[in-house]
Amino acid sequence: MQAFLGQLLIGLINGSFYALLSLGLAIIFGLLRVINFAHGAQYMLGAFFAWLLLSYFGLGYWPALVIAPIAVGLVGAVIERTMLRRLYTLDPLYGLLFTFGLALTIEGTFRYLYGASGQPYATPAALAGGTNLGFMFLPIYRGWVIVFSLVVCIGTWLVIEKTKLGSYLRAATENPVLVQSFGINVPFLLTLTYALGAALAALAGVLAAPIYQVSPLMGSNIIIVVFAVVVVGGMGSIMGAIVTGYLLGVAEGLTKVFYPEASNIVIFVIMAIVLLIRPAGLFGRDA
Amino acid sequence: MTLTLDIEKPKEKNPVVVQTVFLGIGLALLLLAPLFFYPVFLMKLLCFALFACAFNLLLGYTGLLSFGHAAFFGGAAYFTAHAVKEWGLPPELGILVGVVGAAFLGLIVGYLAIRRQGIYFAMITLALAQMFYFFCLQAEFTKGEDGIQSVPRGHLFGFIDLSQSTNMYYFVLGVFVIGVAIIWRIIHSPFGMILKSIRENETRAVSLGYSVRNYKLAAFVMSAALTGLAGGVKALVFQFATLTDVGWQMSGEVILMTLLGGIGTLIGPLFGAGLVVTLQNYLATSEFPVTIITGLVFMVCVLVFRRGIVGEFYHSRLGRKLGFEHRQ
Repeated sequence: MQAFLGQLLIGLINGSFYALLSLGLAIIFGLLRVINFAHGAQYMLGAFFAWLLLSYFGLGYWPALVIAPIAVGLVGAVIERTMLRRLYTLDPLYGLLFTFGLALTIEGTFRYLYGASGQPYATPAALAGGTNLGFMFLPIYRGWVIVFSLVVCIGTWLVIEKTKLGSYLRAATENPVLVQSFGINVPFLLTLTYALGAALAALAGVLAAPIYQVSPLMGSNIIIVVFAVVVVGGMGSIMGAIVTGYLLGVAEGLTKVFYPEASNIVIFVIMAIVLLIRPAGLFGRDA
Repeated sequence: MTLTLDIEKPKEKNPVVVQTVFLGIGLALLLLAPLFFYPVFLMKLLCFALFACAFNLLLGYTGLLSFGHAAFFGGAAYFTAHAVKEWGLPPELGILVGVVGAAFLGLIVGYLAIRRQGIYFAMITLALAQMFYFFCLQAEFTKGEDGIQSVPRGHLFGFIDLSQSTNMYYFVLGVFVIGVAIIWRIIHSPFGMILKSIRENETRAVSLGYSVRNYKLAAFVMSAALTGLAGGVKALVFQFATLTDVGWQMSGEVILMTLLGGIGTLIGPLFGAGLVVTLQNYLATSEFPVTIITGLVFMVCVLVFRRGIVGEFYHSRLGRKLGFEHRQ
C-alpha cells in the first residue's frame, strides 16, 4: 500500500509536468499550427534560469518562479517575431523542423557551457520537509507542485475559455483572416501565444528544478513523452490536454508498482492502443 | 508543392545524356575515392547516404515526415550484428536479417502511424521509435549500454575477405549502388507516380480510387527495409552496434542530411550525408559540441534554404539548362 501510494504521488507529479507542457503545446499548435519541438528546451531553460538566478544573483525560488517564465517568454517572443513567423505560410512540418533545430541549438549550448551532468537545486525553505498524512508521508514540496500546477492549468483554461483575450485567441484559431478584419492585431496575438506557451514550459521547468536535477538534457527526455501525451489527448481541446497529462502520469506511476520494467514505455503503449481504437485521440476533433 | 511541366520550349540538351554523363562521373569518383580518402570514412558516408536516400523515399516522394527512422537503422544494425556474431551467419545473410527485421519494424510502426496525418504522423513515429530505444536499452541481446562489440565482418559469399578494407569498401559501394538503383526504380514506376500523387494531393488520390493507406504503408515498409540495409552494412563496417544508432538524435540527423541535400531529389541526400559526416569528423576532435552546429544548420536550412544543395542546383539556370526536372 505504501509503495502504491508513493508511486501514485510520483505519477501525479509527472502528470503535472505532462499536463503543463502539453497544455502549452496545445495552445501554440491551436493558433500557430506549429508543433513546438523546442518546448522541452524551454522547460530546461526555465529550470536553468532558476539555477542561474540563484547561483549568480542570489535570487531564490520565489523570484525565479516569476522571472524565469517571463525571461523565457520574452526569448520566445523574439524567436517568433524574427524567425518562426516566416514559416506560417509553409507546410507545418517546417515549423516542427525549425523548432527541432532550435531545441538542438539551445540544448547544445547549455551542454557546452555547463556540462551534461545535473546541478542540484535546493527546495525552498518554506516548502521543505514533509507531513505525515497517516497513511503515507507527503513531502510538502511535491504536494505544492501538484496543487500549483493544477491551479495554473485551470487558470489558463479559464483565461482561454472565459476572458475577452481568450475569445480573441479562440476566434483567431478558427479564422485568423476574419478576426484580423475586425481590427484585432492577429500577428501580435501569435507572438503573445508563442510567448505564453514558452513561459508555461519555463514555469514547469522552475517547478521541476528542486525535484529533478537541473540538466541540459532534462528537456529532450520529457518532450518525446509529452508528444505521445498530445497524440493520446488530441490537440483539439485545452482541457483534453490537461486531463490526459495527469491521467498518463498516473498510469506511468502505477506501472512502476506492478511492472517496473515497462514504466518507461507504458505511455507509448497506451498511445499505440489509442491509435488503434480511436485514431483521433481521446479528446480530438481533428482526424 | 506542385510539379511544373516545362512545355514552352524544347530542351536544348537531351536530359538523359546529361544525366548519364553525371552518373558516370559520380561512379568513377566513388570507385577511385579510396585512393584519396580514408576508407572507413567513405564507408560511413555511403551508409549514411543510403540511409538518407531511403528516408527521402518517404519524405521527398510520399510527403511523409518520419521522425523515427533511427529505429530501423539502429535496429537493423543490432539484428545484423547479432546474426553475424551469435548465429555465425555470413555477412550477406546477416544483412538480410537486418533488412527483414527493419521491414517488420517498419510494418508495425507504419501501420500505427499512418492512422494520423502530417504533424501527428511525425510525433507518432518519434514516440514509437523512442519506445524501441527503451526496448533496446533493456533487452538482453543488445548488451545494454555496451552494445554488441567486435562483430566479425566475415567472408562475402564465402571467399571475399571483408576484413580487408578495400574489399569492404567495394562491397559497401556495391550495396549503395544497388540500394539507390532500387529507389530509382521505385520512384520511376507507376507505384512511384501514385506515391507522388499522394504527396501532392492526398484527398484527390483517395477520390481517384487509390487506397492511399496501403500505398503509404508499402512506401513506409520499403523505406524502412532500405534503411535497414544501410544499418546492417554500417554494423559490419564499424563492427559494433550501439544505442547511438537508435536514439532520436539519429532520426534528426537523417532529416538534416535530406533537407541539406535536397528533399525529393534522388542524389541530394548523398551530398547532405557527405556534408554532415564530414562536419562530424571535423568536429569530433574538438570540444565544441556538434549539436549546436547541427541545430543552427537546421534553422538556416528551414528558413532560407529549403530546396537544399541539389534542389538549388536543379532550380538554377545551369540546372534548368541541362534539363534536370525541378520542383517548386
